Amino acid sequence: MSGSGQDQAPAPARGEERIVIDPVTRIEGHARITVTVDGNGAVTGARFHVTQFRGFERICLGRPMHEMPAIMARICGICPVSHIVASSKACDEIMAVAPPPAAVQLRRVINLAQVVQSHALSFFHLSSPDLLLGFDAPAGDRNLFGVAAAEPWLARDGIALRRFGQTIIETLGGRRIHPGWVVPGGVGRPLEHDQRNAILAAVPEALAAARRGLRWYREQLDRFSEEVESFGTTPMLSMGLVHDDGTVAYSDGDLRVVDGAGTVVADGIDPRTYHEHIGERARPDTYLKATYWKPLGHPDGLYRVGPLARLNVADRLGTPEADDRLGEYRERLGRTPQSPFHYHEARLIEILHGITMIGEILADPAVLDPHVRAGAAVNRNEGVGVAEAPRGTLFHHYRVDDDGLVEWVNLVIATGHNSEAMDRAVAEAAARHVRADRLTEGMLNRVEAAIRCFDPCLSCSTHALGEMPLVIELRDAAGVLLDRAARP
Amino acid sequence: MSVHTFTLDGQPVAGAAGETILEVATEQGVSIPTLCHLDGLSSVGACRLCVVEVAGRPRPQPACITPVEEGMEVVTRSEELDEWRATVVEMLFVERNHICSICVANGDCELQDLAVDLGVDHFELPAMSPRLEIDSSHRLFAIDHNRCVLCTRCVRVCDEIEGAHTWDVMGRGIDARVVSDLGTPWGASPTCTSCGKCVQVCPTGALFEKGRAVGEGAKERRPFLPYLRRHGAGTR
Ligand code: SF4
Ligand code: FES
Repeated sequence: MSGSGQDQAPAPARGEERIVIDPVTRIEGHARITVTVDGNGAVTGARFHVTQFRGFERICLGRPMHEMPAIMARICGICPVSHIVASSKACDEIMAVAPPPAAVQLRRVINLAQVVQSHALSFFHLSSPDLLLGFDAPAGDRNLFGVAAAEPWLARDGIALRRFGQTIIETLGGRRIHPGWVVPGGVGRPLEHDQRNAILAAVPEALAAARRGLRWYREQLDRFSEEVESFGTTPMLSMGLVHDDGTVAYSDGDLRVVDGAGTVVADGIDPRTYHEHIGERARPDTYLKATYWKPLGHPDGLYRVGPLARLNVADRLGTPEADDRLGEYRERLGRTPQSPFHYHEARLIEILHGITMIGEILADPAVLDPHVRAGAAVNRNEGVGVAEAPRGTLFHHYRVDDDGLVEWVNLVIATGHNSEAMDRAVAEAAARHVRADRLTEGMLNRVEAAIRCFDPCLSCSTHALGEMPLVIELRDAAGVLLDRAARP
Repeated sequence: MSVHTFTLDGQPVAGAAGETILEVATEQGVSIPTLCHLDGLSSVGACRLCVVEVAGRPRPQPACITPVEEGMEVVTRSEELDEWRATVVEMLFVERNHICSICVANGDCELQDLAVDLGVDHFELPAMSPRLEIDSSHRLFAIDHNRCVLCTRCVRVCDEIEGAHTWDVMGRGIDARVVSDLGTPWGASPTCTSCGKCVQVCPTGALFEKGRAVGEGAKERRPFLPYLRRHGAGTR
């Protein structure tokens, strides 16, 4: 906590106090957390702010529709593939075409590769240091290097899994960071034999790493019962995409919503009608629009998305080994676990499922079909595309003129869906771990860790052009800063 | 046919009367960067990228329009010329919006290639970032003025090869634009034959085929004017 703020903290005002956490160091992107406390140091509220400049609309307006996937990929460098998939699907709608079957499968593969890669980063690089070394370990050790020193295999597996996903993305999408391979109407090039064989050859080792990670996580879980309980256990809805047969979907499928008890609240919702079902609330201090399930209103309609929610909505995953792990998870934690802490396990189960699924899809020679792209002009002026990004459901909604130039854009992204759930998680974690007018390393880490469960992607959630550091501030109810922590 | 002898980078060479320095250099295998020039079209000397030094002349001369003369001493490479060419390329970049990463021509763009060849990897001049229009009204093609370098290849190919004369340049200086039929939306052009030659010769992603995604604008895909596909001497 190098910038920890005793030096900058004004004397605590009598009455109430508030805490802000500066760079939540291991969240991709940046944000600010404010924790408000009363005169006794008891937490009265928490807020996760995202204040970045929202610049994407200016970039998109007037551009030809076919550029949208690539522009969208530039806006978010963290899960570009899911943006490209959702964006291309919105363009498919505008052209009123169905991509050929091989293209549908290849889009699935590249999106799953993104999920595996991103989850590996979230779990192994960003979260495993806390789990391995404990929340009170020195900040300098709680990183992947600390993990590599204590459990070299764990760090190695994390790196290998990330590389597995990244290599698939590069193989399919070309060498560039932002692959231009998923395009309106399908994909740009068919898959070649050698490429397919190379990916398939890497599957067994990736599966072994995924198994080791999941086994290790389960061994650690008992040590964190306090965090499991304190990271926001308020029951909430879960939303995600499922296929007709009830299996989890990432690049297609319909929306399903279940409540905290596992009861299905809505099912078979065509994601193209999202705006009829999802309400968006602008909030005064953040560009992030908060969403809720319209039929239940706000706040009853608050929901989560992402790995935890996907596992909650799906009947099953659809690959036997991952389904066994899902069965064990549900046996231990219930049908629809609510603590965000379980995002970690959900992520690990999804890694296992994703790798298996990639292997299954590529085992079918139909993926080599050279017919991978449908072409058409503008046949509709509006289109919605949806995909499950690593962090949750992602909607791209465009309107274009008759010549295909973009007139209006709306994005609903995972961190927006989750933003109020994150506020609640922060408030609960802070209520348990923050007492007094000073920030301590352990407190900070737990509040950060609660946020990190959601793996929020802040740069994409605000369509940022720049970066903003995350700060934690402790403030009294009058807004007087009591303590502030910022990290390099 | 009379022949002129002169020196090119110190080497004695000969060229037919009426040939340009660029033509002789190309015959000799000496590469000079070009942009507006395209074999098979008339030369206009618009971009000034092909400049060379000619002994006794105060300013560098555009090789694509300067005829060879007896006894000339021509230098095609020098530090000053390199700097001049790099500045020309930099100015083309900053005058409009050339964002390769989201451009249909990414990977198949002569401006991008020139920047690479001339080592232009950053800009010192301030970007003007104008917000220019896109005409996407044509059924098959679109023009994004943000990416136009005003080379006038489209104007010339349409006039000289296709014989349609759809394109012209309107306005001066920074306001100059290529326009179809004196400002009619391209889709409503009474003269355009939809032959696509302008798209094929455009060195950047300014003219492109609709439906092509980023990096897919490669003109090689439909080489229906193979004799025009030879880039001006030495760009590759
Ligand atoms: S549209 Fe292309 S070919 Fe025509 S002047 Fe501009 S850059 Fe040259
Ligand atoms: S002036 Fe000679 S190539 Fe442009």
